[in-house]
Amino acid sequence: MSKEIFEKLTSSIIMGEPEATVEATQEALAAGIEPMDIIRQGLMPGMNVVGEKFSSGEYYLPDLIIAADGMRQAMELLEPELHARHQTLESAGTVVIGTVKGDIHEIGKSLVATMLSANGFKVIDLGVDVPTQKFVDKVKETGADMVGLSALLTTTMTVQREVIQALTVAGIRENVKVIVGGAPVTRGWAKDIGADGFAEDAMGAVAVAKQLMGKG
Amino acid sequence: MRPKLNILSDGLVEQIKQEAFGLLLDPGVRVHNKEALTLLAEAGAQVDFEKRIACIPERIVYQALESAPREFILFNLEGRPVVHYGGDSVQFDPGSAGVSVLDDLSGVQRPPTTADFIKFVKLVETLPQYDAQSTAFVCRDVPEGIGDLYRLYLALNFMRKPIITGAFGIETWWTMWEMLVTVAGSEAALAEKPLAVFDVCPSPPLLWSDLTSQNLIDCARKGVPAELISMPLAGATSPITLAAAVVQHTAESFSGIAIHQLAKAEAPVVWGGAPAAFDMREGTTPMGDVNTWLIDCAYIQVGKTLGLPTHTYMGSSDSKLLDMQSGLESAGGTLLAALAGANMVSGGGMIDFLRCQSFEKLVIDAEIIGMARRLIAGIEVRDQPIALEHMRKSAHKANFLSQPHTHKWFKKELYIPSSVIDRGSLDAWQKKGSQSCDRRAAERVEQLLETYQPNPLSEETRKELRQIVQRAALKYGMQELPPLD
Repeated sequence: MSKEIFEKLTSSIIMGEPEATVEATQEALAAGIEPMDIIRQGLMPGMNVVGEKFSSGEYYLPDLIIAADGMRQAMELLEPELHARHQTLESAGTVVIGTVKGDIHEIGKSLVATMLSANGFKVIDLGVDVPTQKFVDKVKETGADMVGLSALLTTTMTVQREVIQALTVAGIRENVKVIVGGAPVTRGWAKDIGADGFAEDAMGAVAVAKQLMGKG
Repeated sequence: MRPKLNILSDGLVEQIKQEAFGLLLDPGVRVHNKEALTLLAEAGAQVDFEKRIACIPERIVYQALESAPREFILFNLEGRPVVHYGGDSVQFDPGSAGVSVLDDLSGVQRPPTTADFIKFVKLVETLPQYDAQSTAFVCRDVPEGIGDLYRLYLALNFMRKPIITGAFGIETWWTMWEMLVTVAGSEAALAEKPLAVFDVCPSPPLLWSDLTSQNLIDCARKGVPAELISMPLAGATSPITLAAAVVQHTAESFSGIAIHQLAKAEAPVVWGGAPAAFDMREGTTPMGDVNTWLIDCAYIQVGKTLGLPTHTYMGSSDSKLLDMQSGLESAGGTLLAALAGANMVSGGGMIDFLRCQSFEKLVIDAEIIGMARRLIAGIEVRDQPIALEHMRKSAHKANFLSQPHTHKWFKKELYIPSSVIDRGSLDAWQKKGSQSCDRRAAERVEQLLETYQPNPLSEETRKELRQIVQRAALKYGMQELPPLD
């Protein structure tokens, strides 16, 4: 009986049907299935398949996003249940992410945020045109493991360097890993400015983030 | 008859305009510039100054479309009219604002320098296929803060053709304008004979930033033609359907023209753009993409029905090398742009999504442009009757190569490419070194540069320009500008 429900959960994620995911999650809870099992045996297998299909070229960005949306909606139902059982889903890490000051591009950054969330990271998305100090303050406030900095203009990518410097000045550079990305950003640039990681796209960012957390 | 391309039915063009008007009222346009908001409010738009949103009634847009000139001329450095924005004139300029140049031999992209930019300007001068210069890329050997104006400074020192450019800041726009006035001789002279067009870009969806609104207003008031570059990204910053992307382009452009004409009615403005269809695999913005071209041709058609000068970014490639992809993408875009009749087609020389400029590609793209020009010139009747008398005279003999008629007309009838396009036999090609197109282009780059003629800018003017830029550079910590030779 639970096998059927797990299959429903998994396939709703793979088919990109968030409504069906919500329905199946409610059904699973009503049937007394543990939230942890719902996640591990129903939802995550679906997300993994979606990730594989994207890598193999069968799925595209909208497919990733809609699957992640289904995941997010399911988690909204499950989090209170976990909380009530004094359980927490082990987070892959906490990431503060944003597009640097002076830059309003958000698609790439939002894609990375979505994919990180879908892969078990706790993501604090500061949005776009984020003042440098705000990154620093948020890292301090949350004790984040990582900071993701997005810049899409050559005129704004230098701000990534400034954020790293600001973290150093605040004395917390050692406590946090910095990942940079965006169209003009290259591996060479990331190295030059002392970033810990660089990724060219959202899936790459997830891989790098996992690696930096020692789980890659 | 001139070959043309229409993408949209008349009914669809109408609906696109109507929906664009609808968007201007709800949700309205974000305008992050107080003066622009004030202009709109004073004209009767419903403006929320706190949220910085303007709901613009169509009356204001119609008024703006009325007053905007249907055409204008760009002049070269010597004051001669050389570029016509309007009607179905089709002209070409290289792509601009690149961040790297391609070293073709190694396939490596590198940061551009002053020397690269000067070489580029000279090369554009020697290629008749390009009607205007562009501020093709940003030089990395000067401070970022003067990145925009420095390109113009270099170009003015070496160009004769007019230039399509743009500012990265509000203050730097003024410095660039000051340089143009210096070259023109006076404010009035510049306004009467514009030498430069400034690109101004709204941010999708439906946002005019402080910088771009200000640029619009300053361009209008000083009579510097403003080229609107709306760039919806279908499936990312605009809805996915190509038609919806065109609606968004129309709305953004309508709002830009409204602000522009309210700042100064009758100032010259261009219905331009650089939209794309979001790549759903890589999350990039492909220019050499048929979906992108459809949006381009469609918005050009809308602009033409409005009677406005038009522009587009077509003819560049997303490849990282000068390979088959770069060839096929550039050719597809250039030919379509010519058929669509855009007054200015930007993109020559560029690869890697408008990030990288290539000298060799500039030369190869010039060939494609030559073909495109020939295409839209169509088939003309050169003499009457067309064939009857010639063929009767030859009486079944295949002797046309030796006919005076052939000698008279072949250069006018045929677009004859340069050596960049290889048409030799296999043997001939091998004898010449079995070269690929980009290698032939590299040779041609060197040959063309030898033919460059310096422009007639006076020493005094050059000195004034240098001083203007030196002052600006000092603000960013640069004591001395790189040499020009």
